[in-house]
Amino acid sequence: MRLSDRARDLPESGIRKFFELAEARDDVISLGVGEPDFSAPWAARTAAIDSLERGKTSYTSNRGMAALRERISAHHERYDQSYDPAEEVLVTTGASEAVDLAFRALVDPGDTVAVHEPTYISYGPGIELAGGEQLTVPTRAEDDFALTRESLEAAGAAEADLLVLCYPNNPTGATMTEEEYAEVAAFCRDEDLRVIADEIYSALTYGADHASIATQPGMRERTVVVNGFSKAYAMTGLRLGYALGPTDVIDAMNRIHQYTMLSAPTTPQYAAIEALDRCDDEVAEMVEEYNRRRRLVVSRFNEMGLDTFEPGGAFYAFPDCGGDDEAFAEELLEAQGVAVVPGSVFGEGGEGHLRVSYATSMRELKEATDRIATFVENR
Amino acid sequence: MDAEREVLDVLARNAREDIDDIAAQTGLDADAVADAIDALEADNVVHGYQAVVDWDRVDEGKIRAIVEINVELDRETGYEQVADRIAKFPAVDALHLVSGDYDFAVEVLGETMEDVSRFISEQVAPMPEVTQTVTHYIMDTYKDGGIRFEDGDDDDRLSVSP
Repeated sequence: MRLSDRARDLPESGIRKFFELAEARDDVISLGVGEPDFSAPWAARTAAIDSLERGKTSYTSNRGMAALRERISAHHERYDQSYDPAEEVLVTTGASEAVDLAFRALVDPGDTVAVHEPTYISYGPGIELAGGEQLTVPTRAEDDFALTRESLEAAGAAEADLLVLCYPNNPTGATMTEEEYAEVAAFCRDEDLRVIADEIYSALTYGADHASIATQPGMRERTVVVNGFSKAYAMTGLRLGYALGPTDVIDAMNRIHQYTMLSAPTTPQYAAIEALDRCDDEVAEMVEEYNRRRRLVVSRFNEMGLDTFEPGGAFYAFPDCGGDDEAFAEELLEAQGVAVVPGSVFGEGGEGHLRVSYATSMRELKEATDRIATFVENR
Repeated sequence: MDAEREVLDVLARNAREDIDDIAAQTGLDADAVADAIDALEADNVVHGYQAVVDWDRVDEGKIRAIVEINVELDRETGYEQVADRIAKFPAVDALHLVSGDYDFAVEVLGETMEDVSRFISEQVAPMPEVTQTVTHYIMDTYKDGGIRFEDGDDDDRLSVSP
């Protein structure tokens, strides 16, 4: 069948190749997984089961169940974010839908969208599907992959219409401080940039609390915050996210959402209500466990001579492999059966690095890092 | 969190972690970890280190029972004294004073059901303070020490994902 040019031109994700290489072997320890190794809290799962038993299988309001939006709004007070549950919250099918809706609501054909890289791989294609053009802003290892005004200026982002932020960052684990955001926010105000802030890893920070650009002066009205339940509550497969933003943008996103999705799936919304009501302790336990793994992984990579900065969030470390990251990852998989993702898959600035996910049991992390150390010694 | 608590959290999950790995996970140095473990042991916070065993999977494994014990106290004899006498039997694996319908919950380990029955009827029941015992044999264990007794790895996530 004839495909649209748009579909034909959409590139295959660079992750795909490593997925196929890893799947071809059965002895692989994978540090390549971009989702939690925990299951959703049992209380949230039982709430989903209960809702099914009670026959709660119809559509919800386009914007998501009011009870859920109220809880999302209350939950975000911990980040000093304040959004009206009636008009400024939209529940979506995963944070991915929220990002896509934000692009469709904010990007006109020919608009330029600045994206810092390395970053999550879906923004580029999303921008392209919305008719925009991506302007890449490389972040630098010497800045621990935080975004700076200097990098924005150097990349010519003053000409952009929109900026996409993803912190805590996949793949680097980098976070941004209030001070770093202040600089970026000033740039956005000066150059009249609107922002999509993907904060899906906000609950997974270590040492410092999550900061958001949306709480910087003058930024709330020009920012759409995207978040969801996948990472914090280990609910990736339940596909539930949301967007927070000014009424006009959320209205526009909801208009698109009502035609394309109608409403986010109902069962996960019941799970999410329970998650927000009763599962904070379980999230805290997961964060503590991620933190122990994070410290172990970072110290082991530094010991084996692969420089690794201390990631402040998410569940990734981003060691410098000192050369061709793709070759390193392929040879490591071949020689030692350990899968990691080459940093270059995540765009400019990622080359020479590896994304190492520590969303894997401590036992496997130890075994995998032992194998990597052997590989590095023999290479 | 203080150092001892951080070390304790790691040990409570896996008592076999070596000192260097605990140091890496907590961000403490190895000497501080060793000191924390010494202090936890000296202060009787950590009383020992044991494996979590599924005895059903061991040939000639062990029989476990939970025994409810009611006691009658007098002026000279309190719970402490009774507990001290019960705890001295090697067959007693765990002993708790509990609220509710009975006084002590005792976990007993034996080679056979007969062993356990004999122990209760011949050693525990005749104690002057004991007024009643109810023995519950454990038929199967699904979770112990916070660990689910399941078969192997059920990680069905994609091996590499964005």
